[in-house]
Amino acid sequence: MSLRSKDLISIKDISTEEIELILETAAGFKDVLGRDIKKVPALRGKTTVNLFYEPSTRTRTSFEVAAKRLSTDVINITTSTSSVVKGETLLDTARTVLALGADIVVIRHSCSGTSHFLAKNIEASVVNAGDGTNEHPTQALLDLFTIQEKKGRIRDLEVAIVGDILHSRVAKSDIYALTRLGANVRLIGPPTLVPDYLKDLGAKVYFDMNAGLEGADVIMMLRIQLERQGKGFFPSTHEYFRNWGLTAARVSRAKDDAIIMHPGPMNRGIEIASEVADSSRSVILDQVTNGIAVRMAVLYLVSGVKA
Amino acid sequence: MSKVLLDKKDMERAVTRMAHEIIEKNKGIKTICLVGIQRGGVHIANRLSAKLKEIEGSDLPVGTLDISLYRDDLNVRKDQPVVRRTQVPCEINNKKVVLVDDVLFTGRSIRAAMDAVMDLGRPSAIQLAVLVDRGHRELPIKADYVGKNIPTSMNETVAVELIEDGEEDRVVLE
Repeated sequence: MSLRSKDLISIKDISTEEIELILETAAGFKDVLGRDIKKVPALRGKTTVNLFYEPSTRTRTSFEVAAKRLSTDVINITTSTSSVVKGETLLDTARTVLALGADIVVIRHSCSGTSHFLAKNIEASVVNAGDGTNEHPTQALLDLFTIQEKKGRIRDLEVAIVGDILHSRVAKSDIYALTRLGANVRLIGPPTLVPDYLKDLGAKVYFDMNAGLEGADVIMMLRIQLERQGKGFFPSTHEYFRNWGLTAARVSRAKDDAIIMHPGPMNRGIEIASEVADSSRSVILDQVTNGIAVRMAVLYLVSGVKA
Repeated sequence: MSKVLLDKKDMERAVTRMAHEIIEKNKGIKTICLVGIQRGGVHIANRLSAKLKEIEGSDLPVGTLDISLYRDDLNVRKDQPVVRRTQVPCEINNKKVVLVDDVLFTGRSIRAAMDAVMDLGRPSAIQLAVLVDRGHRELPIKADYVGKNIPTSMNETVAVELIEDGEEDRVVLE
């Protein structure tokens, strides 16, 4: 069994079997991460290029670590230091990167659909590391992996996703992935950030935090994108925390063994209280480690598909 | 045309003899660690472990080793190998690792397995146990324990069928 496409662009476009293959492969790579020698020669001689048109520390670092653990060479290109600031187009940059010998291009861009465009135009494998407000598939896959690891299953779990769903590509990929694997998804947040049409994706919408968290198995917090502050989505971060911030009292509405997730970076005191982020229920750091294993699986699997 | 080379009884006898040879060579089982190569080797390793327990009276945990990430044909194969779990429950530093596989052929899997084991630690020795040695080595590799030597031609295939995979215990030449 292998992936059908040389690229990983979106959760929406891959089959349930492909999601399961990625998760099973990631379990094998997690074994590698637990050893003294955390490296395998699988992709020796290949080159991975991280092409980041948007600031990112953790996703870029995670992809970089994953690529290095697979023995590929890694080149990081960030727009602030590249010829993009001199006006080069995306396709020209990508072609240049290919001429340098790239086998896999990991791309993040503020425009939705960029990775899809790139994948259609170059021979190398393209992995979407976040495109605009569209998708962030590897984040959803690492979330699935973490839930599966902690809960032993995904089917029939009650998963509450809280925060800025509207602008969150993480939330979108998570909704597609979770509903596909049979979880019940609830979306919680202010009406300005949780549009009603999201019901069409098979999720339940709650504007009241306590009601939404009742009996949840998994609480996924999203980062409040502070750059959206003052644009009318919510009056103030203080008021946001009072209504939709995750506090210990609100966690108690969920099941006793509920886990708490956050894709990072966290805004302590805005979407999540410190005592909750640091509690034993929090699996936020497990998500970081699992992210490496999942990205190793993705890089390995896409490189095995001949164009 | 297919021909049964080993049946259930033959297979059991071969495993029993290999278990005795492992004990004899290593003067017991205290210094050894059994590691089966995914997937066929894992079943044979489990059978050896059960037999060793029967003879020596103590448990011997079985490790599983996935070699797909160490293969030398990753770039040329049409189908990418499925990555399975590598879980070695015992400390391998300064232990004798007995690698277990079902069929020994070109020796390339064993080369990959040795590299994979070396990344897990520094064993004092690596030994090799195989249920069937069908010849045609492409690397200087030799098994320490062999269930059965079967001369084959390159265009034949040796299939080890096991009850663990829902089949009848037997080795078939096709």
